[in-house]
Amino acid sequence: MLFIELLWTFFKIGLFTFGGGYAMLPLIQEEVLAHGWMTEQQLIDFVAVSESTPGPFAINIATYIGTETGTASGGFWGGLLGAACATLGVVLPSFVIILIIAKCFEKFKKNKIVAGCMTGLKPAVIGLIGAAALSMAQTVFFPGGYSLDVFKTIPFYISLALTAIMAFLSIKKVHPILVICASAVVGIIVGYSLGL
Amino acid sequence: MSKAKKILKLFIAFLKIGGFTFGGGYAMIPLIQKETVEKQGWITDDDILEILAIAESTPGPIAINSATFIGYKVAGVLGSAAATFGVILPSFVIISLIARVLTEFQDIKAVQYAFWGIRAGVIGLIIKSVYTMFKKCKKSIIAYIAMLLAFCIVAFTNINVLFVIVGCAVIGLVYSLTIGKKTENEIAKGKE
Repeated sequence: MLFIELLWTFFKIGLFTFGGGYAMLPLIQEEVLAHGWMTEQQLIDFVAVSESTPGPFAINIATYIGTETGTASGGFWGGLLGAACATLGVVLPSFVIILIIAKCFEKFKKNKIVAGCMTGLKPAVIGLIGAAALSMAQTVFFPGGYSLDVFKTIPFYISLALTAIMAFLSIKKVHPILVICASAVVGIIVGYSLGL
Repeated sequence: MSKAKKILKLFIAFLKIGGFTFGGGYAMIPLIQKETVEKQGWITDDDILEILAIAESTPGPIAINSATFIGYKVAGVLGSAAATFGVILPSFVIISLIARVLTEFQDIKAVQYAFWGIRAGVIGLIIKSVYTMFKKCKKSIIAYIAMLLAFCIVAFTNINVLFVIVGCAVIGLVYSLTIGKKTENEIAKGKE
């Protein structure tokens, strides 16, 4: 039965992927291709589309595959049910595991071993976020890979300025939602006026 | 604040977080900081680091992990459910409504321009988040080593993040059970 298959497959994906986001891609790819739910090309296209829709990638792809396969077998309601099953499947492992940890964590927080691990983990997380920012910066500032030619292009300087201005606004306590909306507006204005 | 009101506020906060996160797990940190630390004061920046450390070392999407954890911290099991439901709802609604036209949506010029701008802006937001968290993080030699190690390995090699996490946890543990303990004792002695 399709809906149980969706629930179970996405449960496995949620349970066996660490780090979230695109770290989930290899397992998603394997499962989705094996079931014939999507072709390789559809998957690549969806990754691109997912960049321009909000929310966690895992939820986006679970909802999408659930909707597509469910609609094919049971129309609108089938699609909705499929999306719900796949999304529930991918969320459930995290939800249960974190709930258990959260319940215990306050108790073990003072434990020497837990506290010791945290002295290394907390700063590591800052490093990880920094690395993520760097890789995002690579795709934004050097879209064609590293080359000196990029310093001759106007979009490079505009995106650099945009990043700096938005960081400044954020330091000035402007709400991130406002910053994101402002960035979108600037992007549209710059895009059309430069004819990118 | 009554518990029901807290749960409702959690749901709304995470609805906003889920609706405006573009570009993966870490892009939501600025939003989480704004909504849960600055606006509501439910948790601190240090808690966020702790939650992210746990989210990284457990399976599943970081967004779900952090929503569940923060929800529980603020209002128990129902809080977890409200926060998690809130963070997935925007994705769920948007994707199931526009699943059929998604590729056409992606081809619209204005959409591409908007996301060109958003990507640049989000980097600015993340830089600010890293900066504030760095300021709040307890400084020690080991903290700098773990930070630099994690950054360099993830940025410049293909080594799995999970190994980095385990490695940094071990480094932290060894340090705090040996050298860290010694310095603590010395500080205690110095105070006497």
